[in-house]
Amino acid sequence: MHKWGMVIDLDRCSGCQTCMAACHAENNIAIIGPEESAMGRTIHWIELLPFIEGEYPHIKARLLPRPCMHCEHPACIKVCPVGATYANEEGIVGIVYSRCIGCRYCTTACPYTVRSFNWYKPQWPKEMQGSLNRDVSIRGKGVVEKCSFCHHRLLKAREKAKVEKRELLSEDYIPACVQACPSNAMYFGDLNDPFSTVSILSRERRAFKLLEDLGTEPKVIYLSEGM
Amino acid sequence: MDEKGFNLGDDAILLQPIQRTGKTFYLTLFSLIAVILWAAGAYIYQYRDGLGVTGLSRPIYWGVYITNFVFFIGISHAGTLISAILRLAKAEWRRSITRSAEVITVLVLFFGVGNILMDLGRPDRMLNILQYPHFQSPLLWDVLSISVYLTASSVYLYLPLIPDIAILRDHGGRYQWFYRIFALGWSGTERQHHLLEKGISFMAILVIPVAVSVHTVVSFVFAMTIQPMWHSAIFGPYFVTGAIFSGIAALIVAMNLIRKVYHLEDYLRPVHFNNLGILLLVMTLLWFYFTFTEYLTTFYGGEPIHMTIFWMKFTGKFAPFFWGMFLFCFIIPLPILSFNKTRTPYGTLIASISVIIGMWLERFVIVVPTLANPRLPNEAVLYFPTWVEWSVFAGCVAFFILLYMIFTKLFPIVSIWEVREGREKSMAEVQERIKTYLPGIGVE
Repeated sequence: MHKWGMVIDLDRCSGCQTCMAACHAENNIAIIGPEESAMGRTIHWIELLPFIEGEYPHIKARLLPRPCMHCEHPACIKVCPVGATYANEEGIVGIVYSRCIGCRYCTTACPYTVRSFNWYKPQWPKEMQGSLNRDVSIRGKGVVEKCSFCHHRLLKAREKAKVEKRELLSEDYIPACVQACPSNAMYFGDLNDPFSTVSILSRERRAFKLLEDLGTEPKVIYLSEGM
Repeated sequence: MDEKGFNLGDDAILLQPIQRTGKTFYLTLFSLIAVILWAAGAYIYQYRDGLGVTGLSRPIYWGVYITNFVFFIGISHAGTLISAILRLAKAEWRRSITRSAEVITVLVLFFGVGNILMDLGRPDRMLNILQYPHFQSPLLWDVLSISVYLTASSVYLYLPLIPDIAILRDHGGRYQWFYRIFALGWSGTERQHHLLEKGISFMAILVIPVAVSVHTVVSFVFAMTIQPMWHSAIFGPYFVTGAIFSGIAALIVAMNLIRKVYHLEDYLRPVHFNNLGILLLVMTLLWFYFTFTEYLTTFYGGEPIHMTIFWMKFTGKFAPFFWGMFLFCFIIPLPILSFNKTRTPYGTLIASISVIIGMWLERFVIVVPTLANPRLPNEAVLYFPTWVEWSVFAGCVAFFILLYMIFTKLFPIVSIWEVREGREKSMAEVQERIKTYLPGIGVE
C-alpha cells in the first residue's frame, strides 16, 4: 500500500508562486474577482503563507507553500455530519462534492485553514471556459473544496499502469504543483517506501511538520531553511 | 354551573384573548408579517446567489447564523426546564406561568434549527444528514438531541393543555371541531386526572436531562474541535448556564407582555416576577462565575495562541462586543435583581431585556473571535454581517412573536385548570405538607 506524501524544501523555495498558478489551472479553481478577494473569498488549494518574525528593524519574513496536509488524523473528517470528506486507503483526504451540504464545520475545524468555500457559483472568463481540465470536476455553489494531491492524476496513472500490465510506480504520479516547481523545491512520492526520495528527506534533520504538536500527523513535510 | 355543566367563574378573563380580538392584534400581526416577508425575500436572495451575500469569508466561516442557532436554542431552555423544575419542586407559584414558558421552548426551537439550515451552503441537500449520517460529528449529536428535545417538550406542552382544550370544547366558541379532536375526549374524571398527573410528572423528569444534553452538545460543536478558546471542557456547563440564563430572561419578557396586553395582572403578580427575578439573579452570578473561570484559566496559562484571541476580546477589535456582553449580562442586571425594591415586573423586564442582548453578544463573542484568529497566518479579514443576515435575524424574531401571539389566540396562555386546582386543592395540600416537615405536629 502506498502512502503518498510531499516534501517541500524551504531552502530551495523562492516564493515564486508557480505552484499556485499550476494548481489553479490544473484543478479548475474559480477565478475570484478583486472585490471578493479583498473580502477574503479567494480559493487556493495551495498558497504561500507569510510568516513574519520579529519586529522592525530585525524583521524576517518567510514564505511557506501550504497545500492540504492530508493528515493521518484529520480534524475535518471527524466533524463532517454527512461523511462527505473522507480519507482513502492510501491516506489522501478527499471530498465528495455532491454530498457536501456546505455547513462549513470542516473549514472551522481544520487547524491549517486549508479549506475553501464556494461563496458563489464558480466563474471563469469566457476565454478560459474552453480550457478547463476535464479530469477535475467543477465544484458548485455552496460546497467546500481543497487540495486533493491531484487525485485525478493518480487515477489516470493507475489506469495507465493497468493497461501496460504493470504495477503502479511512484514516479507515475505527481501533483501539478510539484511538477511545475521551477526550483525543484517540492518532492512527491511514497512515504511507505523507505528508499523513496520523500521518505529519505522526511527523515532528514531539517524535516519538520506544521503544527506538529496537534497530533494531526501531516503527510506534507517541510525542510527548514538556513541550516 | 350552566346547562353545559360549565362555569368559568373568575377565570373567564383567561378565555378573553381567544374570544375577542382587537385592532391592535391585527396591526401587530400585519407588521410582523411584513418583517417576515422582508426576511423571506432576503433569504431567497441568499439561496439564489449563494452565501457570498453574507459578510462571511475565509477564515470567519461562521457568523450571525451560528450565533443565532446557539442563542435560540438557549432561549428554548426557558420553558420546559424551568417549568419542569418548578413542577417537580412543587413550587405552587408556578401554576400561572408554566404554560407561557413551555410555549417558548417549543416555538423557539424551530428558529434554532432554522438558523443552522439557513447557514448551509446547500440547503437543498439537508436530508443528506439523514441519508448519510456520520455519527462522529457533533452536529449529528445536535440533530439527535434537538429532535428528542422538540418531541419531548411538545408532549410536555400538550399534556397540561388537554383539560384546557376540553374547556374550550365545551365552551361553544369557534373551532369546536379543532378542540374536540385535541381534547382527546377529556371529561375530567378522577381516573383521567390521575393519568394526566402521572404523564406530566414523567415528562417533567424526562425533559430535564434532555434539556441539559441539548445545550451541552451545542457547546460540543465548538468544544470538540481543537481551535483555541473553543477546545474547553467548561463549555458544556457554561452553555447550559447561559441557556437557562437567557431562557428565564425571555420568559420574564413574555410574561410582562402577556400581563399588559391581556390584563392578567391578577394572574401574573409581582411575586412571580420577584421569584423569577431571584432565579435570574442566581443565573447572573453563575454566568459570571463561569465566564470568570474560563477567561482566568486562559489568561493565567498564557499560551500565545489563546492570548491573541483573549486580547482581541479584551482590548482588540472585538472589545465592544466583549465589554457589551459584560455590561448587559452582568453590570446592568445585577443591581436591578439584587434589591427587593427593583425586583418588580418592570425592573425584571429591564434586566431581562439586557440579559437577552448580552447573551446574544456572548454567543457572538464565542463564535467569531476564535475563527478570526486561526493558528496559521491568514488574511486579516473583518466580519461585518450584511443586511441579509440582519434581516433574517429580524425575521426569525418576528416569526417567533407571531407564532406566540397566535398560540395565545388559540389556547389560554395561563393554564386554567392548574390555577383552579391550586385554588381548590393545593391550599390544603400545602398545609398538610408543611405539617410533615415540623416536629411536634402529629401526622398519621
